[in-house]
Amino acid sequence: MLRFDSSGKPFIIIRDQDQKERLTGSEARKANILAAMTVANLMKTSIGPLGMDKILVDQDGEVTATNDGATILKNMQVENPIAKLLVELSQGQDDEIGDGTTSVVVLAGALLEESLSLLEKGIHPSKISEGYEKACDIAVKHLLTICDKIEFDKENYESLVLSAKTSLGSKIVNQYTDKIAKISVEAVLAVADLERKDVRFDLIKLEGKTGGTLGDTELIDGIIIPKNFSHPQMPKQIKNAKIAILTCPFEPPKPKTGHKLDIDSVKKYKELLEIEQNYFKEMTDLVKKSGATLVLCQWGFDDEANHLLLQKKLPAVRWVSGTDIELIAIATGARIVPRFSELTEKKLGKAGMVIEKSIGTTDEKMIVIEKCSNTKTVTILVKGGNKMVVEEGKRSIHDALCVTRNLIKDNRIVYGGGAAEISCSVALNKASKEITGIEQYSIRAFSQALLSVPIALASNSGLNSLEAVSEIQLQQLEDKKPFLGIDCLSKGTSNMKEQNVFDTLRGKIQEFLLATQMAKMILKIDDIIRPTGQY
Amino acid sequence: MSEAYQPARILNQGSTQEKAEGARLSNFVGAIALSDLISTTLGPKGMDKILQSPSNLLDSTITNDGATILGSIQISNPAAKILIEISKVQDDEIGDGTTSVVVLAGELLKEAEKLIHKRIHPQTIIKGFRLAKNIAIKKLREIAQDHSENEEDLKKYLKKIAMTIFSTKILTPYKSIFADLAVESILRLKGSTNLESIQILKKTGGLLKESYIEEGFVLDKKLGVGQPKRIENAKILVANTSMDYDKIKIFGSRVVVNSSSKLAEIEEEEKKKMLRKCQKIVDHGINVFINRQLIYNLPEQFFTDHGVVSIEHADFAGIERLSLVTGGEIVSTFDHPELVTLGTAKVIEEIMIGEDKLIRFSGCKEPSACTIVLRGSSKQILDEAERSLHDGLAVLSQMVKNPKTVLGAGCTEIIMAQAIEEAAKETSGKIQIAMESFARALTRIPIIIASNAGYDAEQLVSELKTSHYKGNTTFGVDVMEGKVCDVQKLGIIESFLVKQGMLLKASEATEMILRVDHIMSSAPRRRGMN
Repeated sequence: MLRFDSSGKPFIIIRDQDQKERLTGSEARKANILAAMTVANLMKTSIGPLGMDKILVDQDGEVTATNDGATILKNMQVENPIAKLLVELSQGQDDEIGDGTTSVVVLAGALLEESLSLLEKGIHPSKISEGYEKACDIAVKHLLTICDKIEFDKENYESLVLSAKTSLGSKIVNQYTDKIAKISVEAVLAVADLERKDVRFDLIKLEGKTGGTLGDTELIDGIIIPKNFSHPQMPKQIKNAKIAILTCPFEPPKPKTGHKLDIDSVKKYKELLEIEQNYFKEMTDLVKKSGATLVLCQWGFDDEANHLLLQKKLPAVRWVSGTDIELIAIATGARIVPRFSELTEKKLGKAGMVIEKSIGTTDEKMIVIEKCSNTKTVTILVKGGNKMVVEEGKRSIHDALCVTRNLIKDNRIVYGGGAAEISCSVALNKASKEITGIEQYSIRAFSQALLSVPIALASNSGLNSLEAVSEIQLQQLEDKKPFLGIDCLSKGTSNMKEQNVFDTLRGKIQEFLLATQMAKMILKIDDIIRPTGQY
Repeated sequence: MSEAYQPARILNQGSTQEKAEGARLSNFVGAIALSDLISTTLGPKGMDKILQSPSNLLDSTITNDGATILGSIQISNPAAKILIEISKVQDDEIGDGTTSVVVLAGELLKEAEKLIHKRIHPQTIIKGFRLAKNIAIKKLREIAQDHSENEEDLKKYLKKIAMTIFSTKILTPYKSIFADLAVESILRLKGSTNLESIQILKKTGGLLKESYIEEGFVLDKKLGVGQPKRIENAKILVANTSMDYDKIKIFGSRVVVNSSSKLAEIEEEEKKKMLRKCQKIVDHGINVFINRQLIYNLPEQFFTDHGVVSIEHADFAGIERLSLVTGGEIVSTFDHPELVTLGTAKVIEEIMIGEDKLIRFSGCKEPSACTIVLRGSSKQILDEAERSLHDGLAVLSQMVKNPKTVLGAGCTEIIMAQAIEEAAKETSGKIQIAMESFARALTRIPIIIASNAGYDAEQLVSELKTSHYKGNTTFGVDVMEGKVCDVQKLGIIESFLVKQGMLLKASEATEMILRVDHIMSSAPRRRGMN
């Protein structure tokens, strides 16, 4: 890049410019839009109950088969900067809402695709952005007018199960949606605080286990830790356990100072021996004195300490992971104790029952902590015929949990099957006629882009997509029913109210906002500089 | 200008992606190749495979166990990996049927491939397969026979099942012997599925048929030097403690001395410490001491002097089993003899199997324990025999919990296939075609078994189908004779759980593979990067 200084000498602004590649202006924009569209097109086939899965093979050859947008994008290892932005976008939706991670990318891709023709008309990108902004506003306002409320309480949660089913419908678990949706909702309700509309997600643990089928997935009232007791002769079942949670090892202390302890006489040797022996005794005595009947420790045990624990009738579990420790501490009301000397009865947690169970023919054991005293904690034990199914099952259940949580926070819903998108699109079309100026074009483009999700839905379901969508559009206009959508499963009705297909309002709004933001951001870029050749 | 109109590259360099038809094709090819690979091992006349380990070419395994074969081949095709995974899970969960689950999945995919060529959408195929699977499972539950009431009966059936399992393995010639071995050892467990307490000991030499059950527990170790070779009414202390040199575990301690006399003193003290420990151990009133870790000469000498027999270096699994069998607890500190539960055994003696000396514990507290001693002429044979026996034991132990059986020899597959075909007639639409395909895939299993045995398989199986249509629903293929006959009379029965697991897992994996329309592979991690 050349510029001239006051004396007319050229100087170079960008270093090593022969090693950099540069795209500017409309070329840059087009390249970006193309990249975004590529990603969006890739995701399109995963939308809807009949969407397909993707297999991702990571660097080490591990296989993941999934339908979850965020997971696909995260594991795709993209290089293109714009594609990376879309990955972030999907991630953002996942973090906020947990569902709709595919649709948000498809929508952003469609918005950019539409902007391409506007750019060709010579409309300035910032004008397009403004128009999109306005259109998004109108769409969100429209969503607020067409949304419905669903009612539920702790006993009657049918409506929640139905919405969880919508989320699960597109995943591999859809064979068992009834059961898994019920499990997810019950899990959320168990830990939810309906008054404050708050759900503590950290109290729900998802544990995977191969064996059986996805249909054998169960909800366990308590916590499962994939560990066993430290000594084979410890009792396998403890009633009314008082749990001491320790984060210090049952080993002689290892001071962090790099000291040496020299033994130069028999006397010193004996002293040291005594100190060592006392360490172990003191540790176990302190635990016993506190009244604990079960010890969970984050670290390992010395053989001697282990045996002393057995002798003192103190069942113990070693190498419990940090997150498990925290969960158990919350559930049982225990305090996590970093030093033996600080252990008191008050700091113990309580649980009605702790059992060690074995599963299958292999010698794998799990410890189940049930009837925790303090807060409700639940574990969803996901089963499946193979590792990949279990992993995908966990992801799907996580989505369903998110949907349920969102409904507890905000019980407004919009209808699925593309109904909400089509309705917004119709509304935008109408609104565009009342606006003069260039914005009209962008609003119309936005309305067109909104249809991309229902179109993808319909084409994944094997319908004649354009025809199906335009039919619904017409019906919505004529009947003024915003709950008509694509009949993906050929149930014979496009009434989503009857089919019980719905999404959360929050999720939908978030989807629109994020996609618009992303489209605007990409439109604003007019220069790409990247190194070429070796790097 | 040029850059803007090129298809955008979004993935990392070196990554590959396959889309739609291409992805499906690569999945089918991989999975079907894998299932074809092991389909030749299916059935009583199936063949074995030699597996050579990549690191040591001399180290080879000969086997026909599906899970073992699949576990040791290196595969990069993702769909094939899914099949390997289901075989592994079937092995973990039920123990047998590891080959058939993969073969069934492969056959299902073959059928699905044909349907896709007919332009049927994968989701429609999945729907049909699911329907078919549910019908098959329902039928399977209907025809399963429950044998839980009568214990004598159960034993008879267990033996038959064990014989069916062993007839596909290296143990075929002696399947009756091994079936007895397996049933007896399983019944000792009394319903527990903990196979840990059945120890399988392999000793080269002799013939496979000379294998036997040793009462009690056999430990592959020697007694200490100069100690009696036979102890009666043994009181056993099972320990996990260091008896070589017992260093102080306090961090950072070391011995620094300035004269050799002091060194001697400290050494003396260490020795005393060890002897004190030995004294404490002897004070437990024991006559046998078994340690997981090494026992050095000094303590061993001490034990011999005090009439205690010591056994060193019993490995971890050995120790755990011993403590289970003798009822003693594993001890690491010795200050409170009154709190320690000692193990007991009527007789402990050194015995000879072949050329080797072993220690046998008999008359133990826990009668469920036993040891199966396998004899055979080579290491490979023994390994394969152990795998086969383990399969049998695993299935039997699950059987005791859920004593349902179905008929083997292809009979059950045909019944299920016909149930699906019946139901397909009443289903309209493309789903019907998918269901018929599922039924066809099921009938492929007896066909493969028969063709592995060298018969005109299609002919045999179509005869079999006809006889089922005529109402002889207990008929199957007799692979020994090469004709269709009544399986009930032959006594070929299989565990219901194995069949159910096979159906469920194979269809789950098939569904998973069918759902995929895009494969993205990252560039393999470059070696030496980290």
